[in-house]
Amino acid sequence: MNLHEYQGKELFAKFGLPVSKNKVITIAEDAINACKDIGGNKWVVKVQVHAGGRGKSGGVKLISSPEDAVDFANQWLGKRMVTYQTDEQGQLVNAILIEEYTDIAQELYLSAVVDRGTQRIVFIGSSEGGVNIEEVAEKTPERIIYEQIDPLTGPLAFQARKISKVLGLNNDQSREFSRMLPQLTDLFISYDLTLLEINPLVITKEGKLHCLDAKINVDSNAIYRQPEIQEMHDPSQEDPRELEAAMNDLSYVSLDGNIGCMVNGAGLAMGTMDTIKYFGGAPANFLDVGGTATQERVSKGFKIILADPEVKVVLVNIFGGIVRCDLIAEGILAAIEEVGVSIPVVVRLEGNSAKKGSSILAESNSEIVSLNDLEEAAKKAVELSK
Amino acid sequence: MSILANKNIRLLVQGFTGSQATLHSEQSIEYGTNIVGGVTPGKGGQTHLNAPVFDSVHDAMESVQPNASIIFVPAAFCKDSILEAADAGIKLIICITEGVPTLDMLIVKKRVDELGIRLIGPNCPGIITPGEAKLGIMPGSIHLPGSIGIISRSGTLTYEAVKQTSDLGLGQSTCVGIGGDPIPGTSFIDVLKLFESDNKTKAIVMVGEIGGTAEEEAGEYIKDNVTKPVISYIAGQTAPAGKRMGHAGAIIAGGKGTAVNKIAKLQDCGVHIAENLLQIGSKTKEVLG
Repeated sequence: MNLHEYQGKELFAKFGLPVSKNKVITIAEDAINACKDIGGNKWVVKVQVHAGGRGKSGGVKLISSPEDAVDFANQWLGKRMVTYQTDEQGQLVNAILIEEYTDIAQELYLSAVVDRGTQRIVFIGSSEGGVNIEEVAEKTPERIIYEQIDPLTGPLAFQARKISKVLGLNNDQSREFSRMLPQLTDLFISYDLTLLEINPLVITKEGKLHCLDAKINVDSNAIYRQPEIQEMHDPSQEDPRELEAAMNDLSYVSLDGNIGCMVNGAGLAMGTMDTIKYFGGAPANFLDVGGTATQERVSKGFKIILADPEVKVVLVNIFGGIVRCDLIAEGILAAIEEVGVSIPVVVRLEGNSAKKGSSILAESNSEIVSLNDLEEAAKKAVELSK
Repeated sequence: MSILANKNIRLLVQGFTGSQATLHSEQSIEYGTNIVGGVTPGKGGQTHLNAPVFDSVHDAMESVQPNASIIFVPAAFCKDSILEAADAGIKLIICITEGVPTLDMLIVKKRVDELGIRLIGPNCPGIITPGEAKLGIMPGSIHLPGSIGIISRSGTLTYEAVKQTSDLGLGQSTCVGIGGDPIPGTSFIDVLKLFESDNKTKAIVMVGEIGGTAEEEAGEYIKDNVTKPVISYIAGQTAPAGKRMGHAGAIIAGGKGTAVNKIAKLQDCGVHIAENLLQIGSKTKEVLG
C-alpha cells in the first residue's frame, strides 16, 4: 500500500527526521491560512497523488503569495494528474501539500528497499539526486552505494560513514546522517515498509540535511498489524475495480483487451493471458479467484469482469486441485445465473473430476462452451472476441 | 531415489485441527504419507485424524520424532511456528500459508540458514514425491512416478506442468513448489542442486514468473553446475509494466525481472525454453529425445 508524501512526512517527523514545516489542504481557500501559519514569504505547493514524476507534469510549484496557492489548488483539486509513472487516466488530486520554501544547495538520493537478492533491507544512496537517478544507476554505477542492513545488528555507524562518503557529505553532515540512518531503519521496520525513498534528500544553503520528498510503500501482508497505516489508506488512488476485487479477496488488474479472464492461481492466470496473446487475442484483465474457486468467488469475479464494457467473451480456466471440478462447474452455472451473464463464456476445467465437470456444463441450457484442453479453449475465446 | 521427501517421512502438521490443515492432511494420509501427529496449542492430548495432537513441536518431538513439519497456521503466526519447529530440531519445514509479512521472513530466513534447515515456502503448494509422500496441497491424482524434477514459484501453474509430463508418460521424480513470495525459504538454485545429484531425475522443469531475479540467478548456476537438461517456462510475458512509485525498485532490478530478460538470460545459459505453457510437456519430451 502506498502513502501520500504528506503522510510519509508525518512519519518522518515522528521519527525525528528533518522535514519542512507544512500544511495539507483539501479546500482551495484554506491555502491562505495555511501559508500564514507556515510563515515566510515563499512556499512550495505540491499535488498529493500516489505517483512520482509530479514536478515534470506541473504538480509542484514555487509561489510567493498565498493567493497563488489558492489558484494552484483551484487548478488541481478534483482533477486527475497524469505522469510518466501513472496510467493514461492518471491519479485523482484530493489534497495539496503546502511547505515552507527550502533554499537548496545540492540534491542527493536516498532510499531503502527489501532486496530479494540479498534478502536484507538495503539502503541506496547517491550524490546525484533528482529525477534522473535511474540513468545514473545505469551509466555511472560507481556513484551509487548499496549498503545492506544486518537484521541482527541494525545499521552501524561505519555504514552511515560509508554512505556519507558516496553522498559527498562534510563532517558535520556525516554526523547528522549517522543519527538519521538508525531513525530511517526504525521507521522502516516499525511500519513494515517495503520502500522508503527520499528523492531528493537535500543539503540546504545553511549546510543542513533535509528530506524534501517522501515515498513510502507498506507491505500489504503486514497491514493487519499497522493500525496507523490503515487510517492512511486512500482508496481514491486505486482503480475502482481493483479496489472492489481486493475487498472481495480477489486479485484483479485491468488491461486493454476484450477477453475477460478468470483463473485460479496467479501464475496460471499470467500463463492464460500469455496463451490468449499467443493465439492472437488480447486479455481484458488479470483475475486470480484463488485456489478454491467457490460459487461466491466466481460470482464476484464475473461481476468485476463484466463491469468492463470492452469485454466480449469470458475465458474461465480452472485447474481443480483438491476441489472437484464438478463442484466448480455447478458453482460457475449458479454464478452465471446469479449475475446474468449475457456474453459467451468459454470454460476450461482440468484436474480433479474434470470430465464430470465439463459434462455438467455441456448438459446445462446455458451458452457455455466447455473444453478440457487449454489450447482449444484459448483459440475459441480468441475467435469469439473478434 | 528422489529429493527432500520419500516413504521415510514422519510428518508433523502445525495448525493441525484447523479446517485447511484437516482437509489437506486427510488427502496426504490417503496418498500414503505418514503423518505422525500435529500441533495445536491448547489441544494437546486430543486425537485428530487418528493421530495425536500436541501443545508444542517440542512435545511432539519427544513422543513421535517427526523429521518434517508442514505449517498451516494463519500468516500472523507463521514466524513463530517456523522458528518453533526450527528450535525443536526439525530439519525440513514446509510453510503453506500465504500472506506472511516480508520483514518476518527476513528474520526467519536468516535464522533457518544459520541452523542449516531446509524451509520450503511460504505461500507454496509444498512437495510431492509421486507414489511415496505428499507434503502439500497439490492434487495427488495428476502425478505419476517418473524422471522429471519440477521446481516452480507458482501453484496451479505447477499442476499444468505436472499434468503434461504425466500425460506424456514421463512422470515426476519430485515436485517442489518454492512459492512466489519476495523472500522464499528455498531458491531455484537450492533445488537445482538437489535434482542434479539425484539419480532418478533425468531432466528438470523450472517454472518461473516475472518479478525478482531468481530465474536469472538460476540460469547462471545452471550454466556452470547443472549437467542435466533444464526446460523452463516463464509466466507473465504479456503482463503490463504496471504503475510504480519511485525509482528504488527499478534501480535494484537493473533491467532484470521482465519475461524478455529472463528468457534471454536462460537461453544464454543453455536452458531450453517452452515458449508457451502448453508446450512444457512436449518440449521436455523433445529434449529427452
